[in-house]
Amino acid sequence: MKLSYTVLEGEYARAGEASSAVKKVLKQLGVPAPVIRKIAIAMYEAEINMVIHANGGVVDVDILPDKVFIQLTDTGPGIPDIEMAKREGFSTASDEARDLGFGAGMGIPNMIRNSDFFNIKSEVGKGTTVEIAVNL
Amino acid sequence: MGYMNTMQKHHSVELIPDKCIGCTDCIKRCPTEAIRVRNSKATIDENLCIDCGVCIRVCRNHAKRAVTNGLDVINDKRFKYKVVIPAPSLYSQFLRNTSINAVLTALKRIGFDDVLEVSRAAEMVTEETVKVLKEEARLKPMISSACPAVIRLMAMRFPSLMDNIMPVAAPIDVAASAARRMAMRKGYKADEVGVFFISPCSAKATAAMYPIGMEKSDVDGVISIADVYLPLRNIMAKLDPSEYEDLCQRSFEGMGWAATGGESADARIENAIAVDGLENVIRVLEQVEDGQLDDVDFIEANACMSGCVGGPLTVVNGYVARNVLKKVRANAASIPTDRGRAVDIPKGSVNLRLTKKISAANLQRFGQDMGEAIKNMEDIEAIYAQLPHIDCGSCGAPNCNAFAEDVVLDGIPVEDCIFMMRRKVKELAEEMADLAKKMPQTMTGD
Repeated sequence: MKLSYTVLEGEYARAGEASSAVKKVLKQLGVPAPVIRKIAIAMYEAEINMVIHANGGVVDVDILPDKVFIQLTDTGPGIPDIEMAKREGFSTASDEARDLGFGAGMGIPNMIRNSDFFNIKSEVGKGTTVEIAVNL
Repeated sequence: MGYMNTMQKHHSVELIPDKCIGCTDCIKRCPTEAIRVRNSKATIDENLCIDCGVCIRVCRNHAKRAVTNGLDVINDKRFKYKVVIPAPSLYSQFLRNTSINAVLTALKRIGFDDVLEVSRAAEMVTEETVKVLKEEARLKPMISSACPAVIRLMAMRFPSLMDNIMPVAAPIDVAASAARRMAMRKGYKADEVGVFFISPCSAKATAAMYPIGMEKSDVDGVISIADVYLPLRNIMAKLDPSEYEDLCQRSFEGMGWAATGGESADARIENAIAVDGLENVIRVLEQVEDGQLDDVDFIEANACMSGCVGGPLTVVNGYVARNVLKKVRANAASIPTDRGRAVDIPKGSVNLRLTKKISAANLQRFGQDMGEAIKNMEDIEAIYAQLPHIDCGSCGAPNCNAFAEDVVLDGIPVEDCIFMMRRKVKELAEEMADLAKKMPQTMTGD
């Protein structure tokens, strides 16, 4: 089954609504708890990144009997060095933001750790597409 | 959904059918969407009810109640020695008398042989909680096991967080088991001792009858604060302070547990979240599930606003009760330390741990396997798309989404939605009008 959500630009207070809705559906479908947890963490990280770094975007979710596939597409600034962004601890957050506890550099590593398939495509000035799949 | 309208197994919240007028107040407020109106009466789905008591609170016809024992239980001849274990929220109910000994003396005069304060047990639970956090906790955050409505909610809606539940017994169970052992040391046999809990809420009443995380509870009966309030008040009004027995066990820290924040304050856990009200609890648990609160040590979650003092079986408004509780504790702390009896509960004499793993509820409402569940979910989405999305409740379901589920999973006719019915009538009427315009061939032509 296919689900689609729009993540709004600048709406930090509403970030996480799409992951929350997906979690609800997965629970109703009877997806095992550890799998839901992985999807929840990976998708939340990706969704929040879309709000903070891009101008929001679209989340498409496809739930199949054996896996969940999530694609997040934005038209934001793009990531200049993806390999760098994948590293633990890497963050573009300012020192002030880090002092506040942001920018631990765990966003993408968390997505990778909690997915069975992960792919990120980005073009500076055009946008970023993140693909996450978790096996059921 | 189930269709039974009397009390369900494993639940204390029930409907009084004669009082229910079939309005939609409760269905829309139930946090687990467990209620439907069928045949003009609310029906509670036993698989979904968590006994939080919100429906008891919101029903303007008082058609919901929690099944508790009532004061008659004191006359039960099976018990030769009766110990009452009052929840600390009880002390917060008397605006004009904040003496703990007054409340406890009055309780004894109602017909109990001894008193053991649940707040005393709460302090033992606190010690154990601190120990677990220091020595054993593998997961962050650990979530308090004290509120049974929250635990039932988690079993249903947050299956991935079951391992985060603090493996420590709830104060009421520790108090009950300590009370029985106390009486047994006086020479009574285990089954001659009756332990009665004075409860602020329906969820604790259920948990006493159908324990969570243990085989059997030591609680023999549950009496609601609402039922004991007037008798207590009447006795207290007649008591002269010189008649107060010194029954208070000086567990003033433990008393703090009755209001939100008290549990973590008692344990001196700085990095804790104290959350109350089921909507807020759900939001915080969602964040835990998303991995956003991995650096928090402890979450104290209460289903009721203000905590247990705001329980559905209390008498006083929760916010007022909180103020009274503060006064009770302040007054009590000024009692000289040589007063107040220290109750001897030897270490190791009562079990402080959950003995049974709390497991997630296996609902499988949407289908036996993923294929079937996905198919049903797609059908639900398709029905939902046709509905008006104004969540009016006229169909008996709390919102259009729940109604779409009922249509697909329970075979409820889609015309139970008055908008769908109206659309169908309109289509039929248009069809009839079209038909009426058609003349038979024999009558047409020139």
